[in-house]
Amino acid sequence: MAKTAPRTELKPSDFLDLESQLHDEERLIRDTVRKFVHDRILPGIEKWFEEGTFPKEVAPELGRLGLLGMHLQGYGCLGASATSYGLACLELEAGDSGFRSFVSVQGSLAMFPIWKYGTEEQKQEWLPRMAAGEAIGCFGLTEPDAGSDPASMRTSARRAGADWVLNGNKLWITNGGIADVAVVWARADDGVRGFLVPKGTPGFSTRDIHRKLSLRASITSELILEDVRLPEAALLPGVTGMRGPLSCLNEARYGILWGTVGAARSCFEAALGYSKSRSQFGKPLASFQLTQEKLVNMLLELNKAALVALHLGRMKDEGRISSEQVSFGKLNNVRVALDIARSARTILGANGITLEYPVIRHMNNLESVLTYEGTSEIHTLVLGEAITGVQAYR
Amino acid sequence: MKIVVTVKQIPDPNAPQKLTSDNRLDRGGEAVLDPGDEYGVEAGLKLKEAHGGEVVLVSMGPAKAADAIRKGLSMGADRAIHVSDDSLAGADALLTAQILAAAIKPENPDLVICGTESTDGSTGMVPPMLAELLGMPQATFAKQVEVKGDKVSVHRQTNEGYEVVEAQAPALVTVTAGVGEPRYASLKGIMAARSKEVKKVELSALGIEKGSPAESVEGVADAETRKAGEVIEDDGNAAERILAFLVQVKAV
Ligand SMILES: Cc1cc2nc3c(=O)[nH]c(=O)nc-3n(C[C@H](O)[C@H](O)[C@H](O)COP(=O)(O)OP(=O)(O)OC[C@H]3O[C@@H](n4cnc5c(N)ncnc54)[C@H](O)[C@@H]3O)c2cc1C
Repeated sequence: MAKTAPRTELKPSDFLDLESQLHDEERLIRDTVRKFVHDRILPGIEKWFEEGTFPKEVAPELGRLGLLGMHLQGYGCLGASATSYGLACLELEAGDSGFRSFVSVQGSLAMFPIWKYGTEEQKQEWLPRMAAGEAIGCFGLTEPDAGSDPASMRTSARRAGADWVLNGNKLWITNGGIADVAVVWARADDGVRGFLVPKGTPGFSTRDIHRKLSLRASITSELILEDVRLPEAALLPGVTGMRGPLSCLNEARYGILWGTVGAARSCFEAALGYSKSRSQFGKPLASFQLTQEKLVNMLLELNKAALVALHLGRMKDEGRISSEQVSFGKLNNVRVALDIARSARTILGANGITLEYPVIRHMNNLESVLTYEGTSEIHTLVLGEAITGVQAYR
Repeated sequence: MKIVVTVKQIPDPNAPQKLTSDNRLDRGGEAVLDPGDEYGVEAGLKLKEAHGGEVVLVSMGPAKAADAIRKGLSMGADRAIHVSDDSLAGADALLTAQILAAAIKPENPDLVICGTESTDGSTGMVPPMLAELLGMPQATFAKQVEVKGDKVSVHRQTNEGYEVVEAQAPALVTVTAGVGEPRYASLKGIMAARSKEVKKVELSALGIEKGSPAESVEGVADAETRKAGEVIEDDGNAAERILAFLVQVKAV
């Protein structure tokens, strides 16, 4: 007969003891990023969020730590496993989704296409500086009239002798205004192509989007391309068609399915702590059955989401994860995180609407996370197609 | 220059500490590299950066202490020696010093760096014993360590300020938090640590039989609860009475 293990201490945020499934190195990486978030992000986040700024000076610190392009090999990148990268995303997003977004965009959306589809010269020019956080990248796919359907993009790339000329607008571009190089996807005669557009190229300008109520500690911008003339050397030669940008998004979504577990954990821990210390009707909130039910629902969903993330991480490391499985993780874990954030907010009462606690900040951030990198509706239809064989989004 | 830094894994000091039935610290829970030893590693790495050479970690502890050793290697130490033997559980300060001395001696280091005391046992006795057993001069409570030729010079923290103490190398120093914030184990360092050598040493290889501690804990009692403080009401000379109190406890 199977024996039950001796009773070990049950941890609310790791109820299933996933800790025991991590390797030494993964634990050290996780602890290091957690300490960095504690020391460098949490002390400033309320101010950055309130002022709507991203502290650019943190970029080289993220680079020194090894967080930029950390799952890529060579060119100054760390070459960590997918699971380690995921754990780093989780800890960063437990701080703030803005920082995880910065790291996702830099590593998975800007460095990844250069690493995967670029020439040796392009890699040498950009990757070491981007890994160090000395150069910042952005990823321009979405346009004012092309969101969930990016293939309908209008931005064009036209041949002009040996050069290319780009025209069009990209919208909602993370890091746009602070980027040293933009990876811009544009329609050419033979299909969608990727271009590296350095800051300061004539005809290329950016405009930051203000008055956002979500992901405030992250820069979101418009990219304006007016007859931007680029040499052949600016083209990413390795890919033609939507497969290029979609492969990048698949990498970034993988980071999100981990990151959202961090945001959810932060909300859960805030609510659990608050429920024990705040008393009404002469006893702690935690002693009311309705509160306990909320906390237990959070407990279940948080720990299941972590299990999904770790499992998908191991599959990715074994090289056998499909994009539909990434969709499964993104859809589920963002949904879970938002539910936990909203439920946690109710436990905090009026305090739940202030920046004194992390909850409403995460809650508002997660609204962006729900939308970007494929909306929840689109991922639902991707999974619907996977199980019915019927494509419902066209 | 070869620098040995002694490191120890201890139960997470931020978690409540429990004792086992035989009055030993329960080491079953979460464990970390002693924060005091992180300062030792930091001091060693700074000296290596200034003078070249290598930083070797030496630790005595159970198999799971490998985590703490890896942390030190991730910060930048070059390699490690890990003495592990079941019979060492419950080793006292003298036995610990004997084991560490036996492990360190063949390395012939120029400098041995220790924390001033462990954060869990807090006896502060291991470093001086170790220095004696190694036949090295010791300079304790250093908030700054410099190497000048074959001399080791430290700023020794005191209640009043600091003393400059010089010793002939090879020497042993104990360091305080004054040596500077321990660096992050960067992710690069963590991945590089994977391929660094951790030499596992058995007790027998050190020529020591089963360790039998000279000390044992016979009983444990709660510390006396603190008495309520004295409330000084201001009747005109409160300031003088407060000052007198502060002088008495040597706070000023
Ligand atoms: C903070 C932030 C940062 C971003 N950063 C970047 C970036 O760095 N780079 C980049 O390229 N983009 C970025 N985006 C853009 C993001 O990827 C798009 O917002 C997203 O793809 C959705 O496009 P849309 O906003 O145009 O919405 P739409 O596509 O107009 O969708 C509106 C609604 O309709 C639904 N919908 C659309 N089509 C269907 C369908 N076929 N069936 C069912 N429902 C449908 C959607 O799910 C959604 O609910 C960012 C967005 C935000 C908010």
